[in-house]
Amino acid sequence: MSTQQCGRVLIGKPGLDGHDRGAKFIARALRDEGFEVIYTGIRRTPEEIAAAAVQEDVDVVGLSLLSGAHNELFPAVLDELKKAEAGDIPVIGGGVIPAEDIPGLKEKGVREVFTPGTPVKDILAVFHAAANEHRKKR
Amino acid sequence: MNLHQPAELLAAVRARNPRAIGRAISLVEDGAPAAEALLDLLDREALPAVVTVGITGPGGAGKSTLTQQLIGHYRGLGRRVGVVAIDPSSPISGGALLGDRIRMMRHATDGEVVVRSMATRGRIGGLCASAGAAVRLMAYAGCDPVIIETVGVGQAEIDVVRLADLTLLVMAPGLGDDIQAMKAGLVELADVLVVNKCDNPGAEALAMDMEQVARERDRLLRRTCATEGRGIAELAEGLETALAKSSESGELARRRQRSREAEVLDWALEMMRPRLSSLLRDNGPVRGDPRLAARNLLERLCRSAADLSNGISKEST
Repeated sequence: MSTQQCGRVLIGKPGLDGHDRGAKFIARALRDEGFEVIYTGIRRTPEEIAAAAVQEDVDVVGLSLLSGAHNELFPAVLDELKKAEAGDIPVIGGGVIPAEDIPGLKEKGVREVFTPGTPVKDILAVFHAAANEHRKKR
Repeated sequence: MNLHQPAELLAAVRARNPRAIGRAISLVEDGAPAAEALLDLLDREALPAVVTVGITGPGGAGKSTLTQQLIGHYRGLGRRVGVVAIDPSSPISGGALLGDRIRMMRHATDGEVVVRSMATRGRIGGLCASAGAAVRLMAYAGCDPVIIETVGVGQAEIDVVRLADLTLLVMAPGLGDDIQAMKAGLVELADVLVVNKCDNPGAEALAMDMEQVARERDRLLRRTCATEGRGIAELAEGLETALAKSSESGELARRRQRSREAEVLDWALEMMRPRLSSLLRDNGPVRGDPRLAARNLLERLCRSAADLSNGISKEST
């Protein structure tokens, strides 16, 4: 019980997009890095993702999306987290996301957005930083 | 709500606040300093005696899907359900992929279903303490029954399902023959044997083998097809029967006592481990026989504990 972990992360895919290779790749990379990863699978509603994040008391929520609905669904997850008294949990996004959409998403509260080709160590570094910050507040 | 204040956190757990339940389990699981205060408070509360059901079996047998169906069954009866889903941690990185929730997402937004994934974190001891505390917190938050689900490999996982009032062993055809099931030693500890995926090839042969085992040991056997929800009502009825029988014979009371003892031992070992580590480090590099060194270490621990209690009694006089 004294084993100090990197943190707990939820990886989920909101909306009607069934392409989960990216999400699974990140889930495995996080596991190999020492994170406990709760994988919720494909086609989740923002409400389901927020409820799971709260029950699992995760330090970070990672969302993967390739359908093009990120401008709606990423902020929707943020809203649901706030409604569930969990607005403090950082949200990181990834997927096929046009560069011009990224500033808008960050403005709405998405901590970081990763697009294809990002080196995995950069992604892990952001997850580490977000998890550490969140765990300090606990 | 202030999650940092143990009394307030526990009150919120009782009020069934999901954020509070999640945080309280994390604190206990991490062995955080705040956990001690929280558990001290919880220990003073009268906890309802909730029914706990352990579900185990080989990977791919359908444990999570069956758990989802049982959740649905109990929700149909208007009961609030807790689930502790345990998956292994990687022995290399310490990380874990906790995927049991995928099969339970049907109930994700039902506030009356509390699911918590837990990684084994490579501990021999400690898992029973963590899972046991999670079960008590869920009971305090109004869950009854609480289901503990874990893959049936390794001593720690088996110890955990033995905490439960009833243990279900889930099997499915195509995961190895009946000899594998006999090897694992799981059959002995199961109260109810479940042959899942009962419409798949080989299911009937497996069920017949298991019927023999069930007869020999006076256990129940049920056939289910969890993905379609077939056999779930019969299984739930079987659980009631097994529970009633165990309660009548006094086995339930004995088991709850044993489970408490196992948890006490686990907690004691958990509490002792850091003290032993620091005593060991204080003494410099280990020389000679490790077993002898361990015995000396234990004696030193007992002496320091005796000094401590002498000190306390002197202070109080």
